[in-house]
Amino acid sequence: MSLLEIIILLPLIAALAIWLGAPARTTSVGVSVLNLIMVLGLLFQFKSASVGKSGFAFESARTVLENPSISFGVGADGVALIMALLTVLVAFAAVWQISDDKPGIYHIASQLIAGGALGAFLCTDVFFIYAFHELALIPTFLMIALHGHGDAENCRSVAWKTTIYLGAGSLVLLAGLAWVVLEFSGGGQLTFDLNALRAQAATSPLPADKQAQIFLVLLIGFGTLVSLFPFHSWAAPAYATAPTPVAMLHSGVLKKFGLYGLLRIAMPLLPQAIHVAWLQEALLFMLLGNVLVIGLVTINQKRLDDVLANSSVMHMGYIFLGLAAGTEIALRGAVMLMFAHGISIALLFALAGRLRSQIGTLELNKLGGLGAHAPAFTILFAFGAFASIGLPGLANFAGEVMIFVGSFTNFGSAQFTSLQWTVVLALWGVVMSAVYMLRAYRHIFHGTASAGLFMTDSSLSQRFPLVLLAAALLIVGCCPWLLLGLIKSDLVAGISAAAAH
Amino acid sequence: MPDQETSSLPTLLLLLPLLTALVILLGNKVLKGASVALSVFSAAVCFIISFILLGTQDSSPILLPFLEVGKFRIAIDALIDQQSRGMMFIVTSIGLLVHLFSLGYMKEDEARVRFFGSLSLFMFSMTGIVLAGNLVMMFIFWELVGLSSYLLIGHWFEKPSAAEASKKAFLTNRIGDFGFMIGILMLFMANHGDVSFLGLKSSFAEGPLHEIAKSNTTFMMLAALGIFMGAVGKSAQFPLHVWLPDAMEGPTPVSALIHAATMVAAGVFMLVRCSFVIEASLSAATIIAWIGGLTALMAALMATQQNDIKRVLAYSTLSQLGYMVMAVGLLAIQVSGEHHEAGPGHPAMFHLYTHAFFKAMLFLGSGAIIYACHHEQDIWKMGGLMKHMPVTFATFAIGTAALMGVPGLSGFFSKEAILGLAFEVKNPSGSPLFWVGVGTAMLTAFYMTRMFVVTFFGKPRTENAHHAVEAPIIMIFPLAVLALLTLISPIGPVARLLQAMEPKHAENHPTVMIASIAALIVGVGAGIFLYRGKDKDPLNIKLFANKFYFDEIYAVIVQVCQDGLAWFVTGLERLFVDGLVARLPAFIATRLGSAARVLTGGQLQSYTFLLGAGVLIVIYLVIFVLPHLGH
Repeated sequence: MSLLEIIILLPLIAALAIWLGAPARTTSVGVSVLNLIMVLGLLFQFKSASVGKSGFAFESARTVLENPSISFGVGADGVALIMALLTVLVAFAAVWQISDDKPGIYHIASQLIAGGALGAFLCTDVFFIYAFHELALIPTFLMIALHGHGDAENCRSVAWKTTIYLGAGSLVLLAGLAWVVLEFSGGGQLTFDLNALRAQAATSPLPADKQAQIFLVLLIGFGTLVSLFPFHSWAAPAYATAPTPVAMLHSGVLKKFGLYGLLRIAMPLLPQAIHVAWLQEALLFMLLGNVLVIGLVTINQKRLDDVLANSSVMHMGYIFLGLAAGTEIALRGAVMLMFAHGISIALLFALAGRLRSQIGTLELNKLGGLGAHAPAFTILFAFGAFASIGLPGLANFAGEVMIFVGSFTNFGSAQFTSLQWTVVLALWGVVMSAVYMLRAYRHIFHGTASAGLFMTDSSLSQRFPLVLLAAALLIVGCCPWLLLGLIKSDLVAGISAAAAH
Repeated sequence: MPDQETSSLPTLLLLLPLLTALVILLGNKVLKGASVALSVFSAAVCFIISFILLGTQDSSPILLPFLEVGKFRIAIDALIDQQSRGMMFIVTSIGLLVHLFSLGYMKEDEARVRFFGSLSLFMFSMTGIVLAGNLVMMFIFWELVGLSSYLLIGHWFEKPSAAEASKKAFLTNRIGDFGFMIGILMLFMANHGDVSFLGLKSSFAEGPLHEIAKSNTTFMMLAALGIFMGAVGKSAQFPLHVWLPDAMEGPTPVSALIHAATMVAAGVFMLVRCSFVIEASLSAATIIAWIGGLTALMAALMATQQNDIKRVLAYSTLSQLGYMVMAVGLLAIQVSGEHHEAGPGHPAMFHLYTHAFFKAMLFLGSGAIIYACHHEQDIWKMGGLMKHMPVTFATFAIGTAALMGVPGLSGFFSKEAILGLAFEVKNPSGSPLFWVGVGTAMLTAFYMTRMFVVTFFGKPRTENAHHAVEAPIIMIFPLAVLALLTLISPIGPVARLLQAMEPKHAENHPTVMIASIAALIVGVGAGIFLYRGKDKDPLNIKLFANKFYFDEIYAVIVQVCQDGLAWFVTGLERLFVDGLVARLPAFIATRLGSAARVLTGGQLQSYTFLLGAGVLIVIYLVIFVLPHLGH
């Protein structure tokens, strides 16, 4: 059994074991630590690992079905490893902070989401990529419905809304994937193997306009999962309602699957699509919806969880901007930002969860003065908040600046195209991010606390995983080359090279 | 490869304060008082390094890697030249003195460890700006000084006014940075991805940017104005000047270091660094000169009616920064419009240097006064302090005289250089801006006389002022050093040390000399005449006292444009996106939901049923339908 397979299956086995009666916290935390170590090990090995023609290292495959050809194939390139690192980091932090009085289902759900996400990131077969993602979605719905915040009525309706949206998105996605499989299965036999599909796409590419049509279907499918405007309205209530570990794992990790899918499946197979004017402009228009419309909506929020949930929808716009630009710098920036956003939003949701359980309210107007009472909590929150508003030195900035710079690469030109105008407008979103984050920060930490509404710092061991997340933001932010340099080959170079032809 | 010889000193200079800040952040529980000492020690080492740097050659070493993708590469690199060496000396010397002063001033503050940690963070960020060899790196540290400024203004964050002021400062700067980033991106695109200062400079001399400056003047103007917007935020120029007076909520040593001498001057420093961009567009240069002149005059008018000692100084800083920005614009007009060769030195930088010393001293002096008067800041509740605080009085007098431009003192020379430049410029903007400069000089003399007379002369008006005693030696020492520097900086060894940024003028214009001395005499005379022996302000000009109502106007704009729009868009989103896009799924949901309830009789089961059914459909499609489609 290959290491990648173990990494994928371990959380799923842990979930099963806990369901069967194994001690929940010990199993869950143990498995998360193990996975974290294994992924870090893989990252260090990756430098010297042999990379196949496909760009994947650590490849292995087990045939499941001959015709159509489906196999449980795994493999990792730089992007997949970064996503895996994100998953294990957030999963570790998420299960660590589940308090002991919570039922075992918290751990089961978290491990299922983590395992599903790892499967979706590390598989090389379209069928399994899709199936693992669906597997990870189910506990999300259940946990919102069963253990969400607020009254039962609200939880139910939010869970339904999320289910319907993501279900519909998954169906569109399924249609798009089926189209891809049909188009690129060469040799009369259907195949779900990504490498085979890519080989076919490289030897006999489709006309650009047809690429754009297929891409649009995939974009709507994947986009719904990433809360691309105007398919976003499930996301904010879902995150505000979901129990803390689920909010962390879904907004931090699982939501990135849609973006990852576009990078992993849509863009390599349809490399010219994003450079077809109508498609690019449609995407630019939608992502401006994320940045500007949702940015304004976020400013209008009165509760911390609503601010965070909406900000998470808003920031997806920047990652889509990286994809829309399609240059190597911008695509790598998008990957960087996927990682950075995942870490920062998970950190913020974890802290909001603690605030809710300690104080009992997240209404900004009622909070205040925590800076004096809980300095360590304040510093951790500052890391998350300033990362998410793109402060240099923290990881999000590195991603954002690469996306912006990568969108301005029609060198020597003194004319703006729609892409550059979009960047100009999206930059205003950076100002809006600062407005709502600093407003929230000022309400929670500055001023003086109302009677009874304050908390003190948790113990060092309790906040250890959050310190880990903050450290990841700082390290990647100061040394983005570390993350970029760790990866010697990945799909991004392939996409931008293929588009150039 | 980075050259070891030239890169090790700047690297140390950059990283030492960062390490200090990190150690204080992580280890404050263990270190306690030692972290304060660590911060001061690190400031001292930085000062020594920058002193050594003064004697080194020009170089542009790469200090640390940052980003690299294919051919695109942005590093943390340094540009060591006359400008950065001089600025570095200013930053570290005043930085060290302010650290020392703070030992006394913040002695009883419970959060002084956090204070010194933030101060070290500031030293790190400011060093980065000064050393920066490319625009992206400058932007990085640009934002980081914004963070340290935010932390220090909000040091007493329990106070709502301090919390609001820190937020206002950060957000206003963010608006400036919005333009700055666009400007950087435009230059990045036009110059084939090279945003290093040396690369840009040669490209403007003969290269792609030279061509674009000729062929597409709009693009060049917008790029220059974008870059300028960064300076408008950081150096608090009209219309983004509103944050600086509020920033006085921070502890006074911070006001001296960050909001008077160094960080706010970073905008001017950056403009001089990028002077080739401004020189490429005459219209941008004209706009910049006028914004500077307008800020200088407007802020001076506001300063005449302030009663808080720190606010008078804050408006005076605004006004002087306007002077410098005006000089940047004027020199660019001269170079681009009149093909005038730019000589060595830059009048704006020269004024920045002299201003840094005397304004830091004035702020520290006001800190000593506030400390002595038990945190009283209203000048009308002081009075007669000359007898109680002789050393502070003497140093304050030197600073005031320098700021007014009394002949023989540093401020006189640098102000003359700017007025002389305005006089020489033949462009139609030159002459009106010259008179704006003279008018501002007169107002400066007036409001400084007012403050000086009300604070130090007459009788003590309150108990606090009556019992004021001279500040302790740790606070007096920095004042004395700064006073000495102000006295000798234009002529003595310090000037040689800074390698004399004073622009060499071909001739001295008698008109300039006469006008500025006349302005000084009129201003001081009017100040003494109006305020000698007064217990309350004989003038009452609401418009100036209320700062031309900018804050009120902006509050309305923010309320209408931002909050109103946010409210409106949220409503729209609920109505349309949520309504139309979500109504249909919700409709299906209820239908399916009730169907599922009928089928299974429970919520949980119905979810699982739905999802199970979904998985089944997928499997069915994959195994049974797809193969047939393929054939």
